[in-house]
Amino acid sequence: MSEAIIAPPISSTGRSLRTEEMIINMGPQHPSTHGVLRLELIVDGEIVVDVVPHIGYLHRCFEKHCEHMTNYQQVIPYVDRMDYVCSMNNEFAYVVAAERLLKIQVPERVEYIRVIMAELQRIASHLIAVGTYGIDIGAFTPFLYCFRDREMILDLFEMTCGARLLYNYMWIGGLSHDIPVEFVPKAKEFCGYFRKQLRDFNDLLTYNEIFVKRTANVGLLPADVAVNFACSGPMLRGSGVNWDLRRDDPYSVYHKFDWDIAVGKGEVGPVGSCWDRHIVRMAEMEQSIRIVEQALEQIPEGDVQSAIPKRIRPNPGEVYARTESPRGELGFYIVSDGTGTPYRIKARSPGFVNLSVINEISRGSMIADLVAIIGSIDIVLGEVDR
Amino acid sequence: MTPQEISEKLAAKFSGVSDIGLEAKLDAPVDPTIKVSPNHILEVAKFLRDDDDMQFDFLSCLSGVDLKGKLAVVYQLFSMVKRHKITIRVEVPTENPSVPSVESIWRTANWHEREAYDLFGITFAGHPDLRRILLPYDWEGHPLRKDYQVPEFYNGMKVPY
Repeated sequence: MSEAIIAPPISSTGRSLRTEEMIINMGPQHPSTHGVLRLELIVDGEIVVDVVPHIGYLHRCFEKHCEHMTNYQQVIPYVDRMDYVCSMNNEFAYVVAAERLLKIQVPERVEYIRVIMAELQRIASHLIAVGTYGIDIGAFTPFLYCFRDREMILDLFEMTCGARLLYNYMWIGGLSHDIPVEFVPKAKEFCGYFRKQLRDFNDLLTYNEIFVKRTANVGLLPADVAVNFACSGPMLRGSGVNWDLRRDDPYSVYHKFDWDIAVGKGEVGPVGSCWDRHIVRMAEMEQSIRIVEQALEQIPEGDVQSAIPKRIRPNPGEVYARTESPRGELGFYIVSDGTGTPYRIKARSPGFVNLSVINEISRGSMIADLVAIIGSIDIVLGEVDR
Repeated sequence: MTPQEISEKLAAKFSGVSDIGLEAKLDAPVDPTIKVSPNHILEVAKFLRDDDDMQFDFLSCLSGVDLKGKLAVVYQLFSMVKRHKITIRVEVPTENPSVPSVESIWRTANWHEREAYDLFGITFAGHPDLRRILLPYDWEGHPLRKDYQVPEFYNGMKVPY
């Protein structure tokens, strides 16, 4: 794929025309870069020879801010704003890390509610990914359906904690609010409704012939390259690697539920294409519904704030905890020096790592295919730049 | 393999190297960590990836830490095949901190090392493209160092606005 060389055109006199590579800027303002990503493309005509990503346009000094907090709980609103389309999952990762550092055991009810919220948020995030991916490829309609259904999930969140996007809902040791009584029936109703919608999405987009043609042979990421680049989430599973941290590095109560890991199988072309990454997201939404339904059935009674510590002062030490966010492995590395202020917090964001592979998978493709590749990585620049 | 076994195997493998500086801290509350001298991180990393019992194929995270006087680079390693994990740690003095790059072993280290260079000023010897990554290319200083002073102006703009 990387050997894409077009023979230079030869004129009727036998002389070949002078051809040369060109440097083109894609972004930072560009509709298909999903935020403020700038790609420096070195192109040979329409063929991409090299991609040099320039990031950092949205750098908000998250890690430096954390070192100036007076309390570990204060980090949570900042964590929300990292990956702003799946805030619940970010909070989840951070509280798992902090609780491991503090050795807090949270009540069972809290774990169940967290799993429900995280899985609903995963669906909401994948709906954005799938919807905007459709737009990138040229299908506008699925986007509207996706946003309509995402709105229902946001309503559920609003019902629970009052916020629609940035929740500050999961606290270290507990939750800011218990779920209201009408949450469970509403969520069950949503699960039943959304199952049917998924079939529609697949008809409308996934198996659409144009969509398949645009994505099936594009951006191939072999499994060994994916692992060497530490890709995670749908990026990794799309390449056929059966790996999900919810099962393989278990946290919370995921082991109690019965669900499957979606893996790209190369249904319409080679394994590891953009289409495989897309189908993994579609299948994951269905699995999330399964988890939510089981969790709603089994949710135990209890107090969601009983384990919140009054004073957070972890012993000196360090911890790295990782969770499966919609984009992949979201890890927090926390170093404590024994005071109430975190000494160092590093967020290992999946978008940052997944984006670093872009040069590898887009060399030799057309510029139009690059749009499909960026969309299939599903980056959110808020977490890439932090 | 348990962290204990990993640490023992490493010690046995590198017993002939005098300045390897292996130092295992395996008890809580710290994640099981093995400290290695920066001169030998590359050999250790290669061994960890290629040995049949280790097979650490997944470099999950690489972070810099300022220890006031020393800078540390922390590698979080996982093995997808063997399902075990270990944390490797390298410490260098704050003056002229240089650590060999592990980019040739795990290519994911490329951007992580650029980030550590950007925010901590750790130079990674042998890195193919050591540029700033999150901050502007003409930014001065390394902000995550504990003694960092915010500059008053950046390109004529007042910084603490």
